[in-house]
Amino acid sequence: MKLIKSLKIAVVAAAVATGSIMSASAQDNTLLGAGSTFIYPLFSKIFADYAKTGVKVNYQSIGSGGGILQLTNKTVDFGDSDAPLNEEQAKKIGVPVLHIPMASGAVVITYNIPGVSSALKLNGKIIADIYLGKVTTWNAAEIKADNKGVNLPDLPIVVVHRSDGSGTSFIFTDYLTKVNGEWEKRVGRATAVNWPVGLGGKGSEGVAGLVKQTPGAIGYVELAYAKQNHMPYAFVQNKAGKFIEPTLASTTASSNVELPADSKVSLTNTANASGYPITSFTWAIIYKEQNYNGRSKERATQLVKLLWYNIHEGQKECAPLNYGSLSKSAVKVAEKILKEATYNGKAIL
Amino acid sequence: MYKKIEIFVKNNRQSLSASQLKWESFFKGLLKVMSILLLILVTGVLITLIVQSLPSIKALGIGYLWGKVWDPVQNIYGAYPFLIGTLLTSFVALIISIPFSYAIAIYLGEYNTSGWLSNLLKNTVELIAAVPSIIYGFWGLFVLVPLVRTFEMKFHIAPYGIGIFTASLILAVMIIPYAASLGTTLVRMVPSSLKEGAFALGATRYEVIRSVVLPYTRSGLFAGILLSLGRALGETMAVTMLIGNTSAVPTSLFAPGNTMASVIANEFTEADHTVYLSALIELGLVLFLVTVVINLIGKRIITRFTNN
Amino acid sequence: MNARLGIRNTKSIIFKVIIFILAFLITIPLIVILLYIVKQGIGQVNWHFLTHVPAPVGETGGGISNALVGSIIIVAMSSVIAIPIGILAGIYLSENSSTKLAYYTGLCVDILQGVPSIVVGIVVYFWVVKPLGTFSAISGSIALAIMMLPIVIRATEETLKLLPPSLKEAALALGVPYHRVMLKVIIPCGFSGILSGIMLSIARIVGETAPLLFTAFGSPFLSYSITKPIQSLPLLIFNYATSPYDEWHNLAWGASFILLLFVLILNITTKLITRRWKVQL
Repeated sequence: MKLIKSLKIAVVAAAVATGSIMSASAQDNTLLGAGSTFIYPLFSKIFADYAKTGVKVNYQSIGSGGGILQLTNKTVDFGDSDAPLNEEQAKKIGVPVLHIPMASGAVVITYNIPGVSSALKLNGKIIADIYLGKVTTWNAAEIKADNKGVNLPDLPIVVVHRSDGSGTSFIFTDYLTKVNGEWEKRVGRATAVNWPVGLGGKGSEGVAGLVKQTPGAIGYVELAYAKQNHMPYAFVQNKAGKFIEPTLASTTASSNVELPADSKVSLTNTANASGYPITSFTWAIIYKEQNYNGRSKERATQLVKLLWYNIHEGQKECAPLNYGSLSKSAVKVAEKILKEATYNGKAIL
Repeated sequence: MYKKIEIFVKNNRQSLSASQLKWESFFKGLLKVMSILLLILVTGVLITLIVQSLPSIKALGIGYLWGKVWDPVQNIYGAYPFLIGTLLTSFVALIISIPFSYAIAIYLGEYNTSGWLSNLLKNTVELIAAVPSIIYGFWGLFVLVPLVRTFEMKFHIAPYGIGIFTASLILAVMIIPYAASLGTTLVRMVPSSLKEGAFALGATRYEVIRSVVLPYTRSGLFAGILLSLGRALGETMAVTMLIGNTSAVPTSLFAPGNTMASVIANEFTEADHTVYLSALIELGLVLFLVTVVINLIGKRIITRFTNN
Repeated sequence: MNARLGIRNTKSIIFKVIIFILAFLITIPLIVILLYIVKQGIGQVNWHFLTHVPAPVGETGGGISNALVGSIIIVAMSSVIAIPIGILAGIYLSENSSTKLAYYTGLCVDILQGVPSIVVGIVVYFWVVKPLGTFSAISGSIALAIMMLPIVIRATEETLKLLPPSLKEAALALGVPYHRVMLKVIIPCGFSGILSGIMLSIARIVGETAPLLFTAFGSPFLSYSITKPIQSLPLLIFNYATSPYDEWHNLAWGASFILLLFVLILNITTKLITRRWKVQL
């Protein structure tokens, strides 16, 4: 009995001691981020490298919606979203935030059709009709029309979408809204919509996993996920009528636009003739005034320095993972926005 | 004689010092405080759920319960698809599990109450209950889903693999132990006099079970079903991984769907509108109330049964 | 007459066979699942696996040290919170079973036992995560402690009720103060029953995922801090199992193997203790 009691006391003491020591030391050199799964492969690589500077970054890919929510609740240092804050989100946060573009990426249409290994050609209207539940088998006339020579089987199409609030969904539905009037009316664009048909996968990981395992499935994921998992993806017809393969080049082509001062812009259905039509920027979002909730100046500076690294040295990680890096002018806009971050009114950088 | 003991005790109690008496009352008070803590805990849970659901209750009213649309874009929320998903998976799982739970209860309670084979079965059942649900979900995703998919393709059903049926299957396995162990205890409680009377009249084993044991334990076995049901309703992880995460009323047994627990798990950290988050918590409130009521009814039946 | 008896006897035999088959069918899923996890997971476990954190996406090598440490820390803290409260409440219930407070407390314990784990996670999010402003190991521990309580309380209560009352009365008659009677006489006597309850509750929470989804949150790093997000075995399994990366699936299988091993060992040890001390739970 005495043994148990003293064991208990020892455990409590050890826990408290370790807790206080470790939390004191770990307090200021782990930054917390949450949000988009779109950018996760890139962030995962950048932050692993950045850890060498002594500052660790814990990024949880819970979806853009989740990232914004956690930022609003001030439980993370930065959020990342593939869609800029909408009106209600901005109202809820109440104070100004900064959107800093990190990179651009392509949302690809991936599929799993047994026997078909070549790339399908799809246009926006057909994709929307599939997701509306109007086109239900792979050998439908509309799909066959653009894919002569491909042996499309009589297999039901299993539609896969995101079950969580996602910026990738926003990019995808933004594109569908622009190219299909019925989609615009019935569903619209948002990070989480009322999907007419289909299975939900959690995160891009979930969608990629489902598509990979389900014959006849179609889904939308970032280019990086499709490539990492050796999944086929479609050539999508852009506004100029050309079927474009999602590549680093076509992503960069469509993101080569003049960024407005607040960097918020939609890249889908680009007018650029060689641009891939389903692309978007992804933004890191931070509070403009960094002195909230008793944050230290040191922590705010670490955060801003991290994001500065992301838009400069971190950019070299983009190409190998097929993310479009920021153009020179985009970097300048990003720098300017980052310099607006203040601590007690004084600029941090 | 008793007087002597009384005096003996009184003298010994009187010899306690003031500080020891103080520690005594402190300790007794501490015991009370811990119990009150529990009351506060449960009340707190209920209050938190209600308070956080208020925005949604105010905005959507009672129609929330039968609203069929879950649309975070237009802020229209209806719990109906998840109520159906929860009830469907739980009841299908229950129906699948009942024959097995009853069989185990009858076997362990009647045919083979002790011995190595009986212990083997008892331990197996307890181990099934011990395996964490995440492992059931993980295993289900990689083994059960492809099996169901092949099955679906044979019958020309859309080969999702995941869906209501798969979730119900894994749920059935997980809830068997609850009705089974309760049933075993109950079947063993049947008075031997009743059974022996029936045997004396020339009944076969089967007839004794059918006409004596089962009717006698009927209400208790029903309580066991309620406990299994309560467990099934609240199960989150295994179901989330296998149900398809589709926020629409499931169109068939093999279609994907969502349960109240799985939609909360999926969308809680991403609910960005106040009403959205509140609607999810309202689901949690409904889930809480339903599971609590079912569990309490089950427990009441059991206490009444075991006290008789 | 004989034919009728024959039919009835045959029915009885058929029934017995059916019952036998249905009853033992349950062993199949257990064996299949156990074997599968062992087969997939045992190859993953080595020293490197246990001492390294997961590698970034796309890279091989890496392990589950953050999840192991996280699980140990969370479970330890939950136990520290739940065991004292649980034992004390259990003592109260067994000693004062006729009071109104005991009735309502017993009701609350029954209610808590039935609360879905996801609901506990929601509530603790509002009680701890939001006020603290961050996800944390301590919030995960509080959520799991709430789930441990009913099991510990019931085990303590049932065990103490089984002890002969003469034990307590003799000690009191000798002038031992009440608190010493309980702590130094009664509890040690019921030790095995209470210990079984504790071990069962630990086995229960070590595999819980849902409450940790919005409290402990998960982390790719090794962390010892109780006020920061932390990884745990079930969270890792959940996140990595639903990913499309094969390396992550492998990590999840290894973690599942470790988790299963731990839970099975706890359950078997509990059985051995109760058998040895013959306490009925």
